[in-house]
Amino acid sequence: MALLHVQDLKTYFFMRGGVVRAVDGVSFEVERGQTVGIVGESGSGKSVSCYSILRLIDEPGRIVGGSVMFDGEDLLQATNSRMREIRGGRISMIFQDPMTSLNPFLRISTQMVETLRLHTDLDQRAALHKAIAALEEVGIAEASKRIHSYPHEFSGGMRQRVMIASALLTEPDLLIADEPTTALDVTIQAQVLDLLKQRQERLGTAIILVTHDLGVVAGTCERVNVMYAGRDVESGTADQIFYDPHHAYTQALQKAIPSLQTKGDLLYTVPGMPPDLSKPVQGCAFYPRCPYPKLAPPDGPPPELVVLTEGHCAQDCQYCDRSKPIEDVLTSDVTEAFE
Amino acid sequence: MAKFIALRFLQGLLVLLAIYAITFFLVAATPGSPFSSERAIPPHILAQIEAFYGYDKPVLERFWTSLTNTLSGEFGPSAVYANRSVTDIIAESFPVSLKLGSISLLAALLIGIPTGIVAAVRRNTWLDYVPMSVSMAGICLPTFVMGPLLALVFGLILRLLPVSGWYGPEYIILPAATLSLYYAAYFARLTRGGMLEMLNQDFVRTARAKGVPEWTIVWKHCLKGGLIPAITFLGPALAGIISGSFVVETIFQIPGLGQWFVKAALNRDDFLILGLTVLFAALIVVMNLLADIAHVALNPRLKYE
Ligand SMILES: Nc1ncnc2c1ncn2[C@@H]1O[C@H](COP(=O)(O)OP(=O)(O)OP(=O)(O)O)[C@@H](O)[C@H]1O
Ligand SMILES: [Mg+2]
Repeated sequence: MALLHVQDLKTYFFMRGGVVRAVDGVSFEVERGQTVGIVGESGSGKSVSCYSILRLIDEPGRIVGGSVMFDGEDLLQATNSRMREIRGGRISMIFQDPMTSLNPFLRISTQMVETLRLHTDLDQRAALHKAIAALEEVGIAEASKRIHSYPHEFSGGMRQRVMIASALLTEPDLLIADEPTTALDVTIQAQVLDLLKQRQERLGTAIILVTHDLGVVAGTCERVNVMYAGRDVESGTADQIFYDPHHAYTQALQKAIPSLQTKGDLLYTVPGMPPDLSKPVQGCAFYPRCPYPKLAPPDGPPPELVVLTEGHCAQDCQYCDRSKPIEDVLTSDVTEAFE
Repeated sequence: MAKFIALRFLQGLLVLLAIYAITFFLVAATPGSPFSSERAIPPHILAQIEAFYGYDKPVLERFWTSLTNTLSGEFGPSAVYANRSVTDIIAESFPVSLKLGSISLLAALLIGIPTGIVAAVRRNTWLDYVPMSVSMAGICLPTFVMGPLLALVFGLILRLLPVSGWYGPEYIILPAATLSLYYAAYFARLTRGGMLEMLNQDFVRTARAKGVPEWTIVWKHCLKGGLIPAITFLGPALAGIISGSFVVETIFQIPGLGQWFVKAALNRDDFLILGLTVLFAALIVVMNLLADIAHVALNPRLKYE
């Protein structure tokens, strides 16, 4: 049985102007020790999905449906005190911005020891020792001295290392990493990802890696879930998503990987804007931006996910003419966008 | 940190010096003198009196003597109350005002800060709406309305508390309530704002993701930062409580500094005005200094700048 099984998760925000369907039926599985990527552009609901797993959704947001089975237990039904045991104990989380995710008013030592004291029987001294060892393992020099510093005394990359060390302190079964490298320099991004992989191999932690860069996913994840407008549009192994993308949106994302671009120095971006999530989706949410020739105006419920090959599914869209070779369509679109 | 304190201390001294000089020359430039009264005083006696108080000297020389006297702790005689020095008057009335002021400030903090914290944590519930509406009313009512109102209700209608004089603990309650309600309301709103800002920070989400219980997040992760606006307001609050005491001490007939200050101004009691002004200014400077130090102590990012 999978370690984590998210099934038809729905999280809506009940705003004055209407209901924002930030996550609207997301499903995926994570096996023990596996790394699963969640990819999608800004606003597609990646973070909200992650927060929903740990039930970290605040008003006006609410998880309105689905289940989150973690090791045989539905987290959406668990009591609050049970959730506090799981958070930071069996499931840890690291966030996009290491500058603001650590508390600037508390020493690193206080923040790391706190986690250990909450989830283990270690006393203050033993917890501090363990925290220092964890900092050393993520490559922070003079950890026994620097652990007593405040977050602002560290650089961004160093802080993300601190975050990783803190999150792995309790040796959780699952680590949710919400764009852990987006706020960092490109050179440091690779270091941090390497570190994450290396720690994962030591501890056997499963990782959910959120990113909007399909390139990051290719090197780190076994499976990938592509999200668009709060839904899964495609999921498969990293190779399937990377080399054989089926959905037009996945194809567009693939085109947007900087290293795969062929057209000079120009960067391909997916044309158009993500849809307004407070309006109900008519048929395919990607339809207005889809580069394929349009066949019929979309209506009815969004397309079902269909299995393409073993382990690879995608929304099966009926509104566009998929027979034209993608290369032509996308390239012409790219050149149009540039001219 | 030591450098910062020393710097602020020096600044404070300069401010005090400036206030002293400004007050002195303003008083000296005001027409009339402490000794002009309705009763005609024979000129030679007036000259004697003026010589006794040093008013026959040029103004700059008077300023210098007065300043050096003050620095050595001697504020001079009262120009109106014969045989009483300003120091005597202060020694007698300062404890009264200090007691009233510190009880009021303490009450304001003890009521305002917890109310603000609870309102922020339980935002948009009745625990937020009720205290915040009450505090809005508290802020809108000036002390000269609040004082008589409280005196009317609790003193004259309910006959629970005395409304004037200064004899026992029960005499403190109404004036202190008058003074502190406004500041309690203010502290509550400031604390609520500060705490809300902290509770919306990313690090709160991190703490929740670590499994930290809600109230631990409040007092361990958010309180330090959330109190900064309230702490910063301590200096102005003290200043306000002091100037509020002019009104309140007059309403409730309390023999404190505020009442003396009003008398001194009405009687043109030059030395007393000067002495009390410097004392008030010193209090405010010291409180601001303490508030600054607390601010730095609460915020680690400021320590190194
Ligand atoms: N607190 C909130 N209140 C209202 N709407 C919200 C809230 N948080 C998220 N949303 C909405 O949910 C949608 C998905 O947001 P989410 O943060 O999950 O996107 P994301 O995929 O993580 O994007 P990014 O790459 O920018 O992090 C957004 O359209 C956003 O408007
Ligand atoms: Mg996000």
